[in-house]
Amino acid sequence: MSSPNAAYPDTPDQAMKPKRHEWPLWEVFIRGQHGMSHRHVGSLHAPDQEMAIKNARDVYTRRNEGVSIWVVEARHIAASSPSDKGPLYEPSESKVYRHPTFFDIPEEVGAM
Amino acid sequence: MYAQMIKSEATQEDPEKLAAFQARIDAGEKIEPKDWMPQGYRKTLIRQIGQHAHSEIVGQLPEGNWITRAPTLERKAILLAKVQDEAGHGLYLYCAAETLGVTRDELTEMLLDGRMKYSSIFNYPTLTWADMGAVGWLVDGAAIMNQVPLQRTSFGPYSRAMIRICKEESFHQRQGYDVMMKMAQGTSAQKKMAQDALNRFWYPSLMMFGPSDKESVHSEQSMAWKIKMNTNDELRQKFVDQTVPQAEYLGLTVPDENLKWNEDTGHYDFSQPDWSEFFDVLKGNGPCNQERLAARNSAWDDGKWVRDGLLAHAEKKAARKVAAE
Ligand SMILES: [Fe+2]
Ligand SMILES: [Fe+2]
Ligand SMILES: [Fe+2]
Repeated sequence: MSSPNAAYPDTPDQAMKPKRHEWPLWEVFIRGQHGMSHRHVGSLHAPDQEMAIKNARDVYTRRNEGVSIWVVEARHIAASSPSDKGPLYEPSESKVYRHPTFFDIPEEVGAM
Repeated sequence: MYAQMIKSEATQEDPEKLAAFQARIDAGEKIEPKDWMPQGYRKTLIRQIGQHAHSEIVGQLPEGNWITRAPTLERKAILLAKVQDEAGHGLYLYCAAETLGVTRDELTEMLLDGRMKYSSIFNYPTLTWADMGAVGWLVDGAAIMNQVPLQRTSFGPYSRAMIRICKEESFHQRQGYDVMMKMAQGTSAQKKMAQDALNRFWYPSLMMFGPSDKESVHSEQSMAWKIKMNTNDELRQKFVDQTVPQAEYLGLTVPDENLKWNEDTGHYDFSQPDWSEFFDVLKGNGPCNQERLAARNSAWDDGKWVRDGLLAHAEKKAARKVAAE
């Protein structure tokens, strides 16, 4: 079902199993407070997006955890793969000048 | 515990990969779903997280039994909120298991046909309102003992589920203790009820941690993988040490003649539960095994038309949307 770039892996036994007719999996993102970005909080099953939001309300915001909910079907998420770690992130390791601490500014200049 | 007697799976894989995997765990790194992992790690976790999830779901039944008979509207609202939390705990855990390559419905089917287990504790009946106190105080209390250290488990999704669960559990235990306080300070009949609840739930609560596993190779492997954080005996001792003073505060007596503070060890000495009863309950012969599984099966069967109907509706809507585009 999932492509190699999906958020969850296909396991060897999964490929052998017949495909099941089940409610799809949704990923839930919640904005905790005004001014914050949405954060992934977990997943759930629901037949469609309306029910996914209703279920997310019931499961993930029972104690005032959020002011806004996003849901997206898990199969629509594309993900980097763990083996890409090197090629994806190593180039930035050598670019120390991207950090403000790279530059020495004399104290007399004041806060900068 | 909520997951009892979990056998770890043997692993036959490239020793180099296994060593690198173990080194990540030893360094405190989290393993995420797409990372390489030994087959044994994956299978043991599916079994353990699945059993934990089933326990949350079946665990709603003994308490659900009292929702309509709670003594006040406030108690009813509290109990309802607690039981709803347990449904959420089941869901968090099923989702964590699903990242390992199994679906929630598959896990459910394995519970319903007896291939997977849930915690032995939920096969005991809840006979009086005081049992709602004893369950929150002792059963959730014992679960917390295990769940708090599991927040540091090596598998990322499991650890995150545990963090969410632990945030909610202390409400569960405190509302249970609150029920016990009320009963213990009530009429002599109420106090008797509280004592009776403690008498019935004490040993089954001790059984929740499972038999001693000091010498178990399965536990050793699981502890190396950091999917088990303490031995069963360590957790049981911690539970007893914490709970006995709480019982004393209530003016109730723990039903164990051998219970005694031990100056030398700095712990309580206590009697082991009857382990033959434990194995008998696991085999399906506890007081409520049949009733619990029957309730889950009928909920699943009776809900089939809703699951199918909503799915058919969603697919029809999706098809209509595609046609309109
Ligand atoms: Fe729970
Ligand atoms: Fe629980
Ligand atoms: Fe709980």
